[in-house]
Amino acid sequence: MSEQLKLTCLHDKHVALGALMSPFGGFDMPIQYADIVTEHNAVRNHCGVFDVSHMGEVRVTGADAERFVNHIFTNDIADAPEGKIFYGMMLYPNGGTVDDLLVYKMGHNDFFLVINAANIQKDVDWINGQATGYNVVIDHQSDRYGQLALQGPEAEARLVDTLGLQCADLAFYTFSIVNVNGEDVIVSRTGYTGEDGFEIYAGHDTIRAMWDSLIAAGVQPCGLGCRDTLRFEVGLPLYGDELSQDISPIMAGLGLFVKLDKEEFIGKEAVARQKAEGVARKLVGLELADKAIPRHGYEVVAADDDNHVVGIVTTGYHGISVDKSIAMALVDSQYAALDTPLRVHIRKKFFPATVVKKKFFKKSYKK
Amino acid sequence: MSKIIDGLFYSESHEYVKIEGEFGYVGITDYAQHELGNVVYVDMPEVDDEVEAGQEFGAVESVKAASDLNSPVSGTVVEVNEALDDEPGLVNKDPYANWIIKVQLSDASELDSLMNAEAYKNFIGE
Repeated sequence: MSEQLKLTCLHDKHVALGALMSPFGGFDMPIQYADIVTEHNAVRNHCGVFDVSHMGEVRVTGADAERFVNHIFTNDIADAPEGKIFYGMMLYPNGGTVDDLLVYKMGHNDFFLVINAANIQKDVDWINGQATGYNVVIDHQSDRYGQLALQGPEAEARLVDTLGLQCADLAFYTFSIVNVNGEDVIVSRTGYTGEDGFEIYAGHDTIRAMWDSLIAAGVQPCGLGCRDTLRFEVGLPLYGDELSQDISPIMAGLGLFVKLDKEEFIGKEAVARQKAEGVARKLVGLELADKAIPRHGYEVVAADDDNHVVGIVTTGYHGISVDKSIAMALVDSQYAALDTPLRVHIRKKFFPATVVKKKFFKKSYKK
Repeated sequence: MSKIIDGLFYSESHEYVKIEGEFGYVGITDYAQHELGNVVYVDMPEVDDEVEAGQEFGAVESVKAASDLNSPVSGTVVEVNEALDDEPGLVNKDPYANWIIKVQLSDASELDSLMNAEAYKNFIGE
């Protein structure tokens, strides 16, 4: 490892809990505490808490903040009410994805951007590079915040009863600022598991105290291992797998978050063309009849020709909640229709697969 | 503390072989199943396939990753543990009772290059 791994404000607590630690996005992160299946099921059936302090935060303010964020972001934040959150992407002019992110509307011309850990420096550079001619202040605040994700059907009860945060009334994709011992804490009804839940942004001491309270109350600590199995089963993308500089949101089936009726945004022409003319490759779901597991990077081949590679697996698992071998894969568009028979090259063998919807497991958001 | 059984032979890639006459039962060690985590699939060869000492003959897949299985001995596969098709998690429950393949050994002298229980215990640092 040539670069020093960064540590979140909870790192010592993960080590003390005996977590399996591994590098992710430049941080030394917990992969699992118990095992992935236990943690995954805790979130689906009860509640789990994740340290997601590795996520990056950027505050954009100034007279042109709204116009600027709308310029670099695919979703449309114009005239949004305070307290609303948007999911979308930043694109390169060619339609490739810089990152996917959340934008929180904090106030008039005041936005809070939450970006992926692995992309923090790239994103900050990119955002700054687009700001010429806009009257904005771009403040990179990642070091100021820790972040917890409290996820699962019992998350609301834990938020209120254990943490004392009176946010049960928050609607999906909205947030409030709650005063905790004189500190402004951001509480949002968001997550990355397909379950109801909350994400909490606060200073390091507050995050540490909240983590301790939740663990003491018996909430299952959850690592990045089950974060990936949970998000995957409900068809949520991970930057680097389902989105990248080579994979546009149109290819990834995320056109819902790309507002082509907006006047302009970086990459609009490219993705408008992709939408009108079609894309060469599309992200699909695959289901295997066998238990062999299609993993990231494995080749997808035509049903009748082992040598005809038609795509590549972006994420694959034996789905914990669906008990099947499933994958998301980027395939040539002529093979992307539902029910298309394909095969996946796993080690020395080729296993039959069928194109299915990417949402393998139903989300249970509280809207 | 991983379970290690006296009388078995162990490989550096964490397979064991239990000898009964001219046959060897090959599986993964308790240490290996613990490192892998929840086993969700065991990719096994077919009966009558030849396996070679030190060569890959299948894979064990956990939620996290696929891990190659290397045969500690050479020979012919005479049986595969079909129970693992339906319940791969048996490997986690008791890896020594739930062997993966039964091999008719072609060269018993290969056992000399494997570790005994004590050597394996030192090898995994316990």
